[in-house]
Amino acid sequence: MLTPEIRYAVEDLIHAYVHCIDEDELEEWPSFFATECLYTVMPRENLDQGLPIPLISCDSQGMLSDRVTAHRQANIYGPHFYRHQVSSLLLTPQADGSIAARSNYVVFRTWADVVQYGSTEVYSVGTYRDQIVFENERPKFKERLVIVDTCRIDSLLVTPL
Amino acid sequence: MQTGAAEQPIEIQWPEEAETRVPYQVFLDSAIYEREQERLFRGPVWNYVGLEAEIPNVGDFKATFIGDTPIVVTRGKDGGLNAFVNRCAHRGALVCRKPRGNTHTHVCVYHQWSYNLEGDLIGVPFRKGIEGKGGYGADFDTAQHSLHKLNIASYQGLIFVSFARELHSLEDYLGPQMRPWLDRLFARPIQVLGYSRQYIRANWKLYAENVRDPYHASLLHLFHTTFGLYRSSMGGGVIMDEEGRHDMLRSYKRTEEQETAAYKDAGLRTYNKGYGLADPSLLQSRQELEPHLTNQIQTIFPGLVLQQIQNTLATRQILPKAPDQFELIFTYFGYEDDDEDLRAIRLKQANFVGPAGLISMEDGHAAEIVQQAIGHDKDASSYIGFGGDDVSDQENLLTETAIRGFWHYYRDVMGFAA
Repeated sequence: MLTPEIRYAVEDLIHAYVHCIDEDELEEWPSFFATECLYTVMPRENLDQGLPIPLISCDSQGMLSDRVTAHRQANIYGPHFYRHQVSSLLLTPQADGSIAARSNYVVFRTWADVVQYGSTEVYSVGTYRDQIVFENERPKFKERLVIVDTCRIDSLLVTPL
Repeated sequence: MQTGAAEQPIEIQWPEEAETRVPYQVFLDSAIYEREQERLFRGPVWNYVGLEAEIPNVGDFKATFIGDTPIVVTRGKDGGLNAFVNRCAHRGALVCRKPRGNTHTHVCVYHQWSYNLEGDLIGVPFRKGIEGKGGYGADFDTAQHSLHKLNIASYQGLIFVSFARELHSLEDYLGPQMRPWLDRLFARPIQVLGYSRQYIRANWKLYAENVRDPYHASLLHLFHTTFGLYRSSMGGGVIMDEEGRHDMLRSYKRTEEQETAAYKDAGLRTYNKGYGLADPSLLQSRQELEPHLTNQIQTIFPGLVLQQIQNTLATRQILPKAPDQFELIFTYFGYEDDDEDLRAIRLKQANFVGPAGLISMEDGHAAEIVQQAIGHDKDASSYIGFGGDDVSDQENLLTETAIRGFWHYYRDVMGFAA
């Protein structure tokens, strides 16, 4: 049963998630996931062929935070920020009490490097397939599968989708 | 080397210290890009186009490119491999519009000229017109209108195609120095696990340099050093073919003490212990190939890179799209007899490589920031004198010798040699 309260809470989760990334608060990003979680960024090209190789897969909160540490400390890339647009949200309650969610996304990437400063491009288009559970009465992503239609990645993928 | 009649003359001044200098013009000039399409990609080379495992069954096809020319590779009725230019013999339309699939005839949608798996023309609508009017005359010969067929050969399941009619066999082209390392990776039947694609705003040769460059490995890619995982002055070496055009970089672990000491001695800013991995399961790997290597990064001129990075296995196909753009396609594979654990390791280690690869995502960006900086300075040049000025195999990784090998051969093929 999808009560209005549950629906609001889940919608908040989905929108707060993209604000977290777009506002560069990546350290908070793992906290959107359940204690046991799976985050996968999958090229549509592979999914359509039943091939298993992901662009990114993190099967623990630790792996998510390692991605953040690498983003902050290790990886080299052109400075940029994202704006996610999320739309067409559909929620389906599941027998086990979790909620299946699907939504579409567009990510615009704006460059902050010296050469392309302030220029914006459509960076990635795709869809989220989520399994959302409640932990301590707060909704969390048990699974977030990002299916990337834009599987020809422009330059690189370092900031999570 | 045959020179196209319409070839534009190119004025290029290779600096005097030719072996250690590369003029930026080669990354900028559209006339050079055009000459590469003719002399290099259609020249005396075998171009990697895919894996036999991608087209195992009769009728399977893969559409790809040689340079920027669209081609199709098919598995024929007899089980053999065929390749042809993906351009209808009638009015030049793309015949095959999907990247992969299975069909027994390739039909151009424009006027439905149809071709068999070998590229022979087998069907022409309204060939004799209607009621004696229109159509083609009695002298129309379908045999004169097949697709442009290309030379094709495979080695250990790697498929190569050439426009050249007369050239060395594929085995000879790969050479005795390179073949054992291909044998190492392809000794058992493989299974394709997926693809990733990366589009880089830079000249393709900047990437050809990058994969021949062990100097940058621990300096640009900071994942290992950031997390205090040993790396950097690893043991290793560089092997090249006779021409210096292909190479094989191998690296293997030394002991942690040796590693740390060597790195600290070099006084590098990138030595930075203090961040630990919250989930070290990412580091699980298994020694599976002989001899044991941490990395095998092998290039086959012009556009193939083979990688074994721990347990990730992949081919990378470099496809030039414009003087300042190329696409990089990773094809990941494992072995048919992988056990469940090993397969899980490969999938987890996919995090290391490709466009989002923790240890290597930077390569394309490195090419891009060179492209951004060279602007109109055609006559300025880069310096590739690390580890000397010669082209020779090395038992260390502190060298740009394989980059020099690439350019040496490139200049010959392109007619830029002194």
